Amino acid sequence: MSAPDLSVNLGGVRMRNPVMVASGTFGYGPEYADLVDLNRLGAFVVKGISLDPWRGNPPPRTVETASGLINAIGLQNPGADVFLRDHLPFLRQFDVPVIVNIWGRTVEEYAAVAERLSAAAGLAALELNVSCPNIKEGRTTFGTNLPMFRRVLAAVRLKTRLPLIPKLAPDLAQIKAFAQAAEEEGADALSLINSIPALAIDIETRRPVLANRTGGLSGPAIKPIALKLVWEAAQAVKIPVVGIGGIATAADALEFIIAGASAVAVGTANFTEPTTALTVADGIRDYLVRHNLGTVKELVGTILC
Amino acid sequence: MAMQLETAQVVEHRDYGGGYRLLKLAAPGIAPQVQPGQFVHLRVPRLNDAVLRRPFSVFQADHGTLALLYKAVGRGTTALTALMAGDSVSLIGPLGHGFPLDGPADRVPVLVAGGYGMAALYLVAQRLPRQGVVCVGGRSARDILGVEDFTALGWPVHIATEDGTRGVRGLVTAVLDAWLGEGRHGRAPEFFACGPNGLLQAVGDRAQAGGWTAWLSVDRHLGCGVGACLTCVVQLQDAAGEWAWVRSCKEGPVFESRQILWEAETA
Repeated sequence: MSAPDLSVNLGGVRMRNPVMVASGTFGYGPEYADLVDLNRLGAFVVKGISLDPWRGNPPPRTVETASGLINAIGLQNPGADVFLRDHLPFLRQFDVPVIVNIWGRTVEEYAAVAERLSAAAGLAALELNVSCPNIKEGRTTFGTNLPMFRRVLAAVRLKTRLPLIPKLAPDLAQIKAFAQAAEEEGADALSLINSIPALAIDIETRRPVLANRTGGLSGPAIKPIALKLVWEAAQAVKIPVVGIGGIATAADALEFIIAGASAVAVGTANFTEPTTALTVADGIRDYLVRHNLGTVKELVGTILC
Repeated sequence: MAMQLETAQVVEHRDYGGGYRLLKLAAPGIAPQVQPGQFVHLRVPRLNDAVLRRPFSVFQADHGTLALLYKAVGRGTTALTALMAGDSVSLIGPLGHGFPLDGPADRVPVLVAGGYGMAALYLVAQRLPRQGVVCVGGRSARDILGVEDFTALGWPVHIATEDGTRGVRGLVTAVLDAWLGEGRHGRAPEFFACGPNGLLQAVGDRAQAGGWTAWLSVDRHLGCGVGACLTCVVQLQDAAGEWAWVRSCKEGPVFESRQILWEAETA
């Protein structure tokens, strides 16, 4: 039998394999390029970019927990213009789709950063981080308020022809509603889940460990939660879904694919083993061979229940 | 000078004194590239629920091996104690920007260490083309490490302990100030320091008062170790007075004292 076909068309993003690296875990490209051949990644999701530079939170910014990591980096980034000038050229040397994660503090900021980036050459898609508070409207996060979520998506949709991939917050009760809203507002794919709101306390000082008090939990600890949400979201929409949450092995990734994900992203596991995305892709290929499957697409959503 | 991901073998693992252990690893890819003040990011074997590696300053390095010093204080370092000769350990390194050794030849190198901080300074003394002086401080005699290693290089070591059990009673600044007052005989120093923030700030204050240079190795909680996650930031200012959070794993861990804004560190 010939080698299985791992390629995926993710809402217009043509990937050589279904394994990407998640936003915020691989920097802007050079950080891991000495250790990992970026040409072998399915896609590269750049750390979140806003219209203007943003300093982020004071430290401590992360804390390790059992099989997980809570982070409150605070979206530190150099802004869209510096990203395009100083960082994107490095990534464009590689044959890998570059997906830029974007965020804003208002609907207008989301639209503006999307417009700015869409004018540049060499981007494959935009991923929308909707887990930010809307500073104009009560600081509710865009990703937990359905009408606001629709507004920000519609505003960005008007400003870009790039494939648009909203990254859903882990809303346990309403994940189908958010997934369907995204599809209705013109999203080309979905990614989920973003990190889960979490807290760690220093019992000696009785203070939160993180300077920001709370943060987002990622890593293997959240995988089963993410898997259920991906399963639910994938059933609710026709657009492809990117499964994210605690993936460290090919078996983890295969669970997401069987649950309905067309692609997956490796996040926190990159910090443990920088080559995780490559070993996951190799393991998926081995699985397809072992199960006589010619393409990874045949496996998507094949959960039996 | 690219960093590498290397599977190293334990060649020696023994007590070093003061509650510390010395872990010597065969790492022929990383070891020859190590510059003084750089670190390696180590995946602790059998610590399966840990998502982060653990950073260690490189204490000693030659063409094929590198030595790390550590004390079992947390889950990671406690798990490390089980390593035995022949075991494999995954390393990423060498990482970070270490101490520059190309300062003016007329400056006397002054190494200032707080306890374990001397682990990051040994290679400075070994590789600098000229002899300097070491000032080391700690709580008690057992916290004073590596004196013999420095004296073997011909460097005098001035010791201070808070309880007076070895050397002068007091902080390391007591012996540092004594040397600055009477020991330097008019020569200008260049400082290389590693230790707690208070020590680094005290060294920086003296450097700035005297118009000298002080290279300070900051010790931050690290995430990825390679500059991707932005966990380990330090508040730095540029010449124009603009400040930013800067990665200690990538742009540091060594910074010149004038760059660091200590208000954020002590807040």
